[in-house]
Amino acid sequence: MNSDKITKTVLFSVSILILMLAAGMLYSLVGGAIPAFKEFGLKFIFSGEWNPTEGEEKYGALPFIVGTLMTSFGALILCLPLSFSTSLFLGEYFRGTRVARILGLLVDLLAGIPSIVYGLWGFYVLRPALIEIGFGGRGFGIFTAALILAVMIIPYATSLSNEIISMVPNDLKEAAYSLGATRLEVITSVTIPNARSGIVAGYILAFGRALGETMAVTMLIGNTNQIPTSFFGTGNTMASVIANQFGEADGLKLSSLIAIGLLLFLITGIINAAGKLIIKKMN
Amino acid sequence: MTNTIAEVKKPILSLKDLSIAYDKKYAVKNVSVEIKKNTVTAIMGPSGCGKSTLLRALNRMHELYENISTEGEAFLNGKNIYDMSPIKLRRHMGMVFQRPNPFPTMSIYDNVIAGYKLNGIRTKKKERDEIVERSLRDVALWDEVKDSLFKKGTFLSGGQQQRLCIARALAFSPEVILMDEPTSALDPVATSKVEDLLVKLKENYTIVLVTHNMSQAARISDYSLFMYLGELVEYGKTKNMFTNPIDPRTEEYLTGKFG
Amino acid sequence: MKSTFAWKDHTSRRLLKDKAVLVGVVVLSLITISPIVLIISKLVVEGYQQISLDFLIENTPDTFEAMTAVANGENIPGGIANGIVGTLLMVVLASAIAIPIGVLTGIYLYENQGKFMANLTRNISDILQGVPSIVLGLISYLWVVKHITNGFSALAGSVSLAIMMLPMIVRSTEETLKMIPQTLKEAALALGVPYHKVILKVLVPTGFSGLSTGILLGISRILGETAPLLLTALGSSIINLDITQPTSAVPLLIWEFYNDPNMIGLIWSSSLLLMAIVLILNIVSKQIAGKRN
Repeated sequence: MNSDKITKTVLFSVSILILMLAAGMLYSLVGGAIPAFKEFGLKFIFSGEWNPTEGEEKYGALPFIVGTLMTSFGALILCLPLSFSTSLFLGEYFRGTRVARILGLLVDLLAGIPSIVYGLWGFYVLRPALIEIGFGGRGFGIFTAALILAVMIIPYATSLSNEIISMVPNDLKEAAYSLGATRLEVITSVTIPNARSGIVAGYILAFGRALGETMAVTMLIGNTNQIPTSFFGTGNTMASVIANQFGEADGLKLSSLIAIGLLLFLITGIINAAGKLIIKKMN
Repeated sequence: MTNTIAEVKKPILSLKDLSIAYDKKYAVKNVSVEIKKNTVTAIMGPSGCGKSTLLRALNRMHELYENISTEGEAFLNGKNIYDMSPIKLRRHMGMVFQRPNPFPTMSIYDNVIAGYKLNGIRTKKKERDEIVERSLRDVALWDEVKDSLFKKGTFLSGGQQQRLCIARALAFSPEVILMDEPTSALDPVATSKVEDLLVKLKENYTIVLVTHNMSQAARISDYSLFMYLGELVEYGKTKNMFTNPIDPRTEEYLTGKFG
Repeated sequence: MKSTFAWKDHTSRRLLKDKAVLVGVVVLSLITISPIVLIISKLVVEGYQQISLDFLIENTPDTFEAMTAVANGENIPGGIANGIVGTLLMVVLASAIAIPIGVLTGIYLYENQGKFMANLTRNISDILQGVPSIVLGLISYLWVVKHITNGFSALAGSVSLAIMMLPMIVRSTEETLKMIPQTLKEAALALGVPYHKVILKVLVPTGFSGLSTGILLGISRILGETAPLLLTALGSSIINLDITQPTSAVPLLIWEFYNDPNMIGLIWSSSLLLMAIVLILNIVSKQIAGKRN
């Protein structure tokens, strides 16, 4: 009896540790960000100026927030036709076949490639190819980063929607076939409507992934600290500016980078919670 | 049109040496039979005898699955169904499934009209309203759902859902309605409602009904097929088969020796 | 007989559209997987010459050695032993932190299905899984670099990697335990076996393959992580086994090589090695998972 109680206490306290971990993370990020918010107030979020010159230091997160949203939305849009087709390939057209198993394995492997390797490939293969077809800025920029990000989030976007699509009850599809529908019509009027929320949740989670990707983006986005003016211009994301400028940072600049980290933490937290909520509602 | 005896006897569907195999293993072997117009024909037999497999060959459902192959011929009003496009064929052959399966994302109205929408057939709103009302009246569901046509069909009871599915199949005015144990998921009251409906529907349609329930076959079918291990053992008027079966296997099944 | 098919029909157009979409789906799916093929072949083609025993057991050369070798048209001398050892050190340390906590939490969640605390813990753990790794680097910097080791260290790197692994282990533990038939646990409890023994002798061994799949996938994810290590472990040009000192890792070395024009010859071989390990771990864990089903 006594040992049972000890076991239960151990299990309980370990899970409390998880909660404390999360609370501690928030606490430390807020603590580290306070100097920046004290100095700049809410303008930290809405200011587009990032000036590390000593004596005239001014830090605003807007260029990086905009850069993050542009690369992530760009990645989402670029990945959509690819990952959606792949989900249909795996979950509908070739479900259960050997070809689908192999394709599924390869898509999973995409998730296994380290971010830095994506960055290298983007830098040495993708970028020259883009220059070849007439890209300016030596091939760096939001678009290049979004392109590599799109490839990186494909496995996340695909795995959930593929699973949900393959779970659409067969008798519903057969009912549509029995009314004379073509396969495409079954997909558009039965499969997709029935799998809709799962598909949406998958893309939300994939978007959350894109927001925080660091290395590959850092290597391709061009690392400039102004608000990006176009999809083909250069910029920085919240993650890439932290990776890029952390080495030489202290004082107010360090606090500003931590504040950007805090914002990133909150944004990804909200996006992920939203995705998970949709999945939970579905069950 | 008045149904004379001769017309009732006219075959609408004739199968010639129809065989169906799953991964080269035959589930239905050389079935030849003529199904008569405006009748209810029951396909009976113990589970695994191939009765559903045979039924699903009639609207070429098997072609959705690569591991199933069909041999032989089948004619609808004298036309070989394997020469038609399966899409067109399926409009002549309505299908009702074991479990009620209304489309959960569509309203009751949209479920009934789904065949038109899926096939991209443009209709005027008035026409659609008429089709929906007629089909729902045909299945005696109109009075129960006319005030909630634009709600999702999923709140209906199992029996109502199954009648909705029958209405969905009727909306196209098919010639034949294929039913795969349509009452197996329903309670006795809902079952008897559906059975009454089938007897009424044969005035305008031909019904092929797979059932594992002998008394159901006896109650509502005009003709019966008895299948065993993929073969057609016996075919004839239901009355004759139940009172005077020819094949000993049929007799054993009907007297409950196996099944 | 009345003709019921007098409506305008576009069957041939519909079938054509059906086919066209199928072709589109196949083509786009092939495009989707083309990067994995292109990336792996690039790594193999550019990296295989550098791979040798020396590459595995020697430390990284300095930039001058590398420059001389390149100028003479030779392979860059030295290897990435400091990175390999550092990666091993940090992965082992991170696993030692994350596995016990993660497995115990997973057991707690499994044992308390539907209860408020368990739901809260599960949701928090799920959200932690989505926290970007660079933020975990910042956290470990604030906690370990600034307050525990007073400088960049292997421990700091491990802590950030451990936080990254933790939610994956929690989730896979709970999912695995849910698959174990309830009767097995009840049978043991009915024999009067104490609760902790039921966990250690029944639940964990029965779910072992599931647990190891989750752990291996977790390890394969943290192996390639670079961003959090930039902020915590920093790097080192020699082999370091002191967890309070700056330490290198294979992905950190790739980042250094990428930033040093003289070392570019080493990036592909290092990446090839890293990819190979990650992919092997991935495949092994999938095999284990596949066997179970």
